Amino acid sequence: MSDFTPTEMMTVAAARALRNDDVCFVGIGAPSAACNLARLTHAPDITLIYESGTIGTKPDILPLSIGDGELCDTAVTTVPVAEMFRYWLQGGRITIGFLGGAQIDRFGNLNTTVVGDYKKPKVRLPGGGGAPEIAVSCGQIYITMAQSKRAFVETIDFVTSLGHGKGGDDRVRHGVKTQGPTLLITDLAVWKPDPVTKEFTVVSLHPGVTREQIQETVGWTVRFAAEVTETPPPTDEELAVLRDLKSRSDAAHRGQG
Amino acid sequence: MAKFQTLSEALAENLHDGDAVAFEGFTHLIPAAAAHEAIRQGRKDLTLIRMTPDIIYDQMIGMGCAKKVIFSYAGNPGVGLLRRLRDAVENGWPKPIEIEEHSHAAMANAYEAGAAGLPCAVFRGYIGAGLKAVNPNIRSVTCPFTGEELAAVPALNPDVGIIHAQKANERGDVLVEGIVGAQKEVVLASRCAVVTVEEVVSDFAGVHVNACVLPHWTIASIAVVPGGAHPSYAHGYYRRDNAAYLAWDEIAADRERFAAWMEENVMKATPEAFIGRVAGLGKEARR
Repeated sequence: MSDFTPTEMMTVAAARALRNDDVCFVGIGAPSAACNLARLTHAPDITLIYESGTIGTKPDILPLSIGDGELCDTAVTTVPVAEMFRYWLQGGRITIGFLGGAQIDRFGNLNTTVVGDYKKPKVRLPGGGGAPEIAVSCGQIYITMAQSKRAFVETIDFVTSLGHGKGGDDRVRHGVKTQGPTLLITDLAVWKPDPVTKEFTVVSLHPGVTREQIQETVGWTVRFAAEVTETPPPTDEELAVLRDLKSRSDAAHRGQG
Repeated sequence: MAKFQTLSEALAENLHDGDAVAFEGFTHLIPAAAAHEAIRQGRKDLTLIRMTPDIIYDQMIGMGCAKKVIFSYAGNPGVGLLRRLRDAVENGWPKPIEIEEHSHAAMANAYEAGAAGLPCAVFRGYIGAGLKAVNPNIRSVTCPFTGEELAAVPALNPDVGIIHAQKANERGDVLVEGIVGAQKEVVLASRCAVVTVEEVVSDFAGVHVNACVLPHWTIASIAVVPGGAHPSYAHGYYRRDNAAYLAWDEIAADRERFAAWMEENVMKATPEAFIGRVAGLGKEARR
């Protein structure tokens, strides 16, 4: 087994969670890498949708943006963005939506809007884009994020997209019928929401990661599942496919492709 | 009825200080040459509308053209934050700007409502999200049939809608192919529409009748600007210049470097410069 980085472990763990019959709303970054890794390994028929309107796309390199030409060239069809959000997302056609953010709380609520006060922000972030509706319209949400005390906070500064709200059946009280965040995959662990409280709980530690490391990078008191397993390390094939994809993409984005 | 004009004439005639304008394009076909022309013409107090403000609004905000931005995602896609927009929001440089923030679904629906002549857009949105508390233009309506509470936002009807497209025919009909974004909605929602195109052809021979064609009578003005979407791309003509998006992050990080870049590449340049900028980007493969 070769050495691997925490980010590679996160991407591989996210890819493994995807199934061949999933229809995924893909975001740029780790989600895009995970979805395409799944497509190039165990889930060749997975449907990838990017919010630019490209449906069933099979890019040879990871796109830099959600609308690179590569995505349209290899898509089954490309639709206008209004249609994308009305028929395909709001219409309930998407099984998995990937989200991440600058801040997350224990219930998987996410902030990509501002750090600090909305009207006088310390840091103005890009904003929600598709996330507010992805969070409630996709069948399930997978979240990928690197753990840090700055990101994993007791209270997020702004709720860009709803996770499990205040916990328990809060999503149902909001009238939402979808499951919301069912999986949180980080650079250190895999988390799942507690069936009752909906608080994210560590179910699996990546190889070599300790419980102390988890707590040191999280701003609330972390709960661990009754039985915590070890995430299987990336296989040689997973790593080779991922690295090949990354190096092809980096070269292309810098104009050497 | 579409008039063929130079880009300079088309903008001088249609875009005025204080207008609400949408330079739209969803990653593909972003009307960069038109935005640069607006900056050169010194337009002020604009309300800039766009789902993804991207580099061209970063440039317009940094050059002091904007008084307000209506948007749903203000980032440099795949690269990071928009540094000139941040400087305006966080520090009021070069001047403070007002922001009206939505989600993509809201903006797309609001353009569609504008095109449809409706006063507002209704959709299932913003559930449990914080934006409705800070944006008074996000409200709700109750479905008269089911009782479900739905989000409502006002229709978007820009004074001017500006897009880039692949081609116009000699009559002024415009063909858009590939990722079409919200281009059709913006043209039909706007009081007047200006389109820059890669080329004019005698007819759209070989194009399927269901392709996205905007009839000439929906458009005020057409200007031919080859390469006019750079650093975004025109499907069938040239690839996205991802290196330029990566480079912008460094250029925009520093006020002086930004000002020098704008002086050299926008203020002293002309629309003819764009063809050279896409020369090395080959031909985007066509299906």
